[in-house]
Amino acid sequence: MQLDIKIPIGLLFTIFGLILSVYGLITGSETAFYAKSLGYNVNLWTGVVMLLFGVFMLYLARKDAKALKSK
Amino acid sequence: MPNLLTLGGIDYVIIFIYFLFVIGIGWALKRYMSSSKAFLEAGRSLPAWVTGLAFISANLGALEVIGMSASGAQYGMATTHFYWIGAIPAMIFLGLFMMPFYYGSKARSVPEYLKLRFDEKTRGLNAIAFAVMTILASGISMYALAALMEKLLHWPFDASVLVSAGIVLAYTLLGGLSSAIYNEVLQFFIIVIGLFPLVFLSLKDAGGWTGMTETLNQVSTSNGFQTGAWTTMWSHTGTAAANPMGVEWFGIFMGLGFVLGFGYWCTNFLVVQRAMAANSMTAARKTPLIGAVPKILLPFLVIVPGMAAMALASKGTLSLEMMPNGSPNYNSVITSMLGHYYPSGILGLGLCALLASFMSGMAGNVSAFNTVWTYDLYQSYIKPNQSDKHYLNVGRLATIVGIILSIGAAYLAKQFGNIMDFLQMIFAMVNAPLFAIMFLGMFWKRTTGHGAFWGLLLGISCALIHHGLTIPMGADPSEIIKGGWISVIHTYPSSMAQNFWGAIIGWTSGTVCTLIITYLTKQQKSNEDLKGLVYSLTPRIIEKDDKWYNRPIVLACFVAALTLVLSIIFW
Repeated sequence: MQLDIKIPIGLLFTIFGLILSVYGLITGSETAFYAKSLGYNVNLWTGVVMLLFGVFMLYLARKDAKALKSK
Repeated sequence: MPNLLTLGGIDYVIIFIYFLFVIGIGWALKRYMSSSKAFLEAGRSLPAWVTGLAFISANLGALEVIGMSASGAQYGMATTHFYWIGAIPAMIFLGLFMMPFYYGSKARSVPEYLKLRFDEKTRGLNAIAFAVMTILASGISMYALAALMEKLLHWPFDASVLVSAGIVLAYTLLGGLSSAIYNEVLQFFIIVIGLFPLVFLSLKDAGGWTGMTETLNQVSTSNGFQTGAWTTMWSHTGTAAANPMGVEWFGIFMGLGFVLGFGYWCTNFLVVQRAMAANSMTAARKTPLIGAVPKILLPFLVIVPGMAAMALASKGTLSLEMMPNGSPNYNSVITSMLGHYYPSGILGLGLCALLASFMSGMAGNVSAFNTVWTYDLYQSYIKPNQSDKHYLNVGRLATIVGIILSIGAAYLAKQFGNIMDFLQMIFAMVNAPLFAIMFLGMFWKRTTGHGAFWGLLLGISCALIHHGLTIPMGADPSEIIKGGWISVIHTYPSSMAQNFWGAIIGWTSGTVCTLIITYLTKQQKSNEDLKGLVYSLTPRIIEKDDKWYNRPIVLACFVAALTLVLSIIFW
């Protein structure tokens, strides 16, 4: 199959990661908002993890595409 | 009545982007769909890690997430039996011993394997039963999604059904099996990241593992069990009465581990189809073994939050939803916790995880249905010898028809909830005798087609009769769904024990009947016919190019060792 699945996964996680971490930064000072999640800024943390994972997937996809081209 | 969950704008944005991606994947794959093989078999071109994750994800529907967290609350750590004994041994067996016959033979589906190995009638029986089962399963997923969204968010039932059916139709029609598989892999990652914060927060709130264990020990004693009944797997399975599941070790080991586990994982085309889409024999064999690694770890993601919910509910921190009869509605554990712990933002992600798994529950079944319909029913009985283009179009049409039938099944489920549960349970019974004939067929070349057909039929009948004659403790015999619809001659301590024993009886009677009929009939197939289909007539696979750590056997040993170590830790 010619479509590398790492691309859609990487893109989606990068986009979700950006949305959640930015939203987490904006809402970070509202203590009442995060009372539900025991005071943890779950949006920021989950967002950062998703962003890292997404970028890593895109990096892998790019590396594979280059390797395929040079072959 | 207020909404049980309140979504903010950002949550809708996240859900909307997710739907765009799901359809976008189908769109991106559209241009590769030039043959029936590409559409129905993903061109047999996917790497092992993709098929491995899809293998596990096809089974990880929302009903599984909801059901397993419910069982986690109701039965505790013992629910892990469904993973470590009920799935892993069967997945190892499939990868090491059965995959060579599925992938190596010319069969494109499990029913087609039956036709090559046995005969036409065995294939027909299995293909028809499987087609009906997939439509029902897809419809039940659709119904459950719409019912849940109606309850949580007050989305109208009909709109949920139509929108989810439309999205699933769009991506499976555009990209076929590849699209279903790609979305399953995407869904897998979304479920993991969407539920992980819930595990962390609920465990933290319950006082960590030690705090949760202490509270659950009190729950055990107040329910009349010894301490540890909620937090161990095997320690309290000496007798059925000593654990909340109401099953003893033999029933778990034989019923769940052997008969039900092997019956489901080794013969269900829904999962086997994912492995058959792999790009090589080694990749196909590694598919269930790679899938086994996340499967081993899933209990920590779905069962532990359920256990934490039970502990939190008994401390009064979390209130479980109550049913009209006064007992807690365990099935709402996971959604109650989402609402309790998730603020806007991550709530959208958590909901995405649930919606995604509902939809892949439908897509997986529809993509298995269109293959069996096209190859095993249409090409075999209705119109053989047509051009490939013709079968590609039939496959596409079957996708549309499959979704329309699923919508019908969803409304049937809404109307007659009990009947759907009943049918689903009947179909679960079909797998045990199917595994019996598959096992004999693969490893004993003498097994005949007549033997297999009658073994399958008798096995199913015996499992059904068993259900008609027994009942779980405390059930009302007038409700046929619980059993005892012929007359009650035995009462089981729990419905789980009843299911396990039903499967054991189905498998045993299927095996005995196949053995007897095989000895009474003549083998119609020559050794040449059976080459590649039976163990003793198939050349051993020699993997010389692969590095030692890439071999299926090495992976299998790792998976088995990990399962064993975890089982001892949580003994």
